[in-house]
Amino acid sequence: MAEERKKSRIDDVARSIYDVKDAVEYAYKADAGLTEDVVREISAQKDEPDWMLEKRLAALALYRKLDIAPWMPDISELDMDHIDTYVRPKTDMKARWEDLPENIRETFDRLGIPEAEKKSLAGVGAQYDSEVVYHNVQEEMERQGVIYVDFETAVKEYPELVKPYFGRLITPNYHKFAALHYAVWSGGSFVYVPKGVDVKMPLQSYFRLNAPGAGQFEHTLIIVEEGAKCHFIEGCSAPRYNVANLHAGAVELFVKKGATLRYSTIENWSKNMYNLNTKRALVEDDGHMIWVSGSFGSHTSCLYPDTVLAGDRSSCEFTGITFAGKGQFLDTGSKVECIGRDTHLSIHSKSISKGGGAAIYRGVVHIGPKAAGAKGAISCESLMLDNESRSDTIPDIIIENDNIDLGHEAKIGRIPEEDIYYLMSRGLSEEDAKAMLVRGFAEPISKALPLEYAVEMNRLIDLEFEGSIG
Amino acid sequence: MSELLRIENLHVSVGEKELLHGLDLTVRAGEVHVIMGVNGAGKSTLLHAIMGNPAYTVTEGRIWFEGQDITELSTDKRARLGLFLSFQAPISVAGISMENFIRTAKTAVSGQQQRLFPFKRLLKARLQDLAMDPSYAERYLNDGFSGGERKKSEILQMRILDPKLAMLDETDSGLDVDAVRIVSKNISDFHNETNAVILITHLNQILKFIRPDHVHILIGGRIVKEGGPELVDEVEANGFDAYRSLAGEA
Repeated sequence: MAEERKKSRIDDVARSIYDVKDAVEYAYKADAGLTEDVVREISAQKDEPDWMLEKRLAALALYRKLDIAPWMPDISELDMDHIDTYVRPKTDMKARWEDLPENIRETFDRLGIPEAEKKSLAGVGAQYDSEVVYHNVQEEMERQGVIYVDFETAVKEYPELVKPYFGRLITPNYHKFAALHYAVWSGGSFVYVPKGVDVKMPLQSYFRLNAPGAGQFEHTLIIVEEGAKCHFIEGCSAPRYNVANLHAGAVELFVKKGATLRYSTIENWSKNMYNLNTKRALVEDDGHMIWVSGSFGSHTSCLYPDTVLAGDRSSCEFTGITFAGKGQFLDTGSKVECIGRDTHLSIHSKSISKGGGAAIYRGVVHIGPKAAGAKGAISCESLMLDNESRSDTIPDIIIENDNIDLGHEAKIGRIPEEDIYYLMSRGLSEEDAKAMLVRGFAEPISKALPLEYAVEMNRLIDLEFEGSIG
Repeated sequence: MSELLRIENLHVSVGEKELLHGLDLTVRAGEVHVIMGVNGAGKSTLLHAIMGNPAYTVTEGRIWFEGQDITELSTDKRARLGLFLSFQAPISVAGISMENFIRTAKTAVSGQQQRLFPFKRLLKARLQDLAMDPSYAERYLNDGFSGGERKKSEILQMRILDPKLAMLDETDSGLDVDAVRIVSKNISDFHNETNAVILITHLNQILKFIRPDHVHILIGGRIVKEGGPELVDEVEANGFDAYRSLAGEA
């Protein structure tokens, strides 16, 4: 049905859309590099309560102390002294697209966000560099008590909800870049779904990093109360510059008893981006966490959404695809920690590497001593499209309990020549045949994505093949 | 009648091994050709060489299609000129729906965008012709299909792509009696004065429904005997032994 999808609004998206750089004047830009003054200045600019400034300063001290994890891919080209930690666009946050400055509005128009909001979303947030510039949620959602606001607003208006959760799941000492995140965080989304409320349409936040040499450090916190349901979509993109950009967001998700949260991401950062993002979910009794993750962009990615199955009968599913092209090193995977009894996990990861790119699956499944009755299946499939490309599977499984059932399978392969020949015998050019076979490989993931993201993903695959074969 | 395919002195190798040793064949519009021969005689090799399978190398000789030398042409370009091969063992691909695949192929060979709803109708009608459930349109390409279903899937593609020259490699093997009848009916419905069919078959069942104009007996990489439909009966009565000596095989 991909053809039908092509008829939708994404039809004309090309890489060039993500690459359009806006000439924007900034209202405020923190000095490059990371000092206490910079952190104080960010906090002052945001007019924050003291508790938040104290958290920032403590995190900064921690950042200076912590070492980079030894297994991480090479990030030596990332020079923190040349990353702008805070870039505020020259606008306040608006609730109407028309009220945004024209160049910022055009950017989101090109990305199709306002259009998608009209059609199929219950709420939208749009972040431009360090600040959220647009936020809106359907009245119906508000009536049911759903809160969906930018993170600064949440800190000011809902401290009683934010304070107990902020930094609890991803602590500043989780790793070096988590500490960095807490020192300079800016923007992001806060979602609160009250007990029993089923948010039928997805909420979507879109993160756009426009300023060259800048960092984006948004914080996302979602609380889904008992028996409630929510689908959150996160999209990311940036134009390409010759200097390194850094993304070190943090996503903390709380899935209460019997609640369900689906978190979908399509990440298409430009290929100068260091994407060192951290995501973690805590799932209580009978709760269900679903991750759908597509990683296409960035120069280097380290991304391993982590699910803590704390409650009895809690469960999680992770479905992810990673596509590493020329010059990309994408180290992605997933982590699950089983603590409660009778938990259930399923990890389904696919990766594609091409043109010398490296796609690494790195995963940890940790079944604790009390997690009796844990069941799970892990499958990793990799497709290497040429001899220069690289693919590795590094699954770490720690089992401290006899009463479990866990299966693991990994497969690394190439597109069979006879498959390409078969498709070509039906008139498809070599590049079209390969693109179609890769789309087929990615189908289990695109099926799990919202329609317009599935279309975008197929477009991204096609773009990788356009003119790539001589 | 106009000439579609002309092959002259075709030598084909896989790796170092020569499998076809100088073959001539001419196919005109409106004709049905049958190629018979023992296993390993080079029948499939011939069809793959005509289709341009990169695993097979033409070391000598030329292939023309409608007067154009296609010996060096890539497979997809041959398909777009109007050649079609029904594979003996079609592959399957999970994740690509039949409808999406065939519609993409139809767009490629016809050079025209296929509008969604007219195409859906066409696909449904052709599935019906093959006694296949409409739900096959949504299924992944040949994925989980039985041997017989795969052969029907090939014929489905042939009918929709509507090539000028359809080469069918043992399309009847693995089919039950009813399926042979259905597939044969589809082939004869497809066939007309403007196109041609080359059939490879071990069985005579299909030839009860489709009468060939020309029969070629291929043994040891050479065509050793050619004739009309009467050759089919001759082979059925006597087997291939009589022709082995013609190929220089004892």
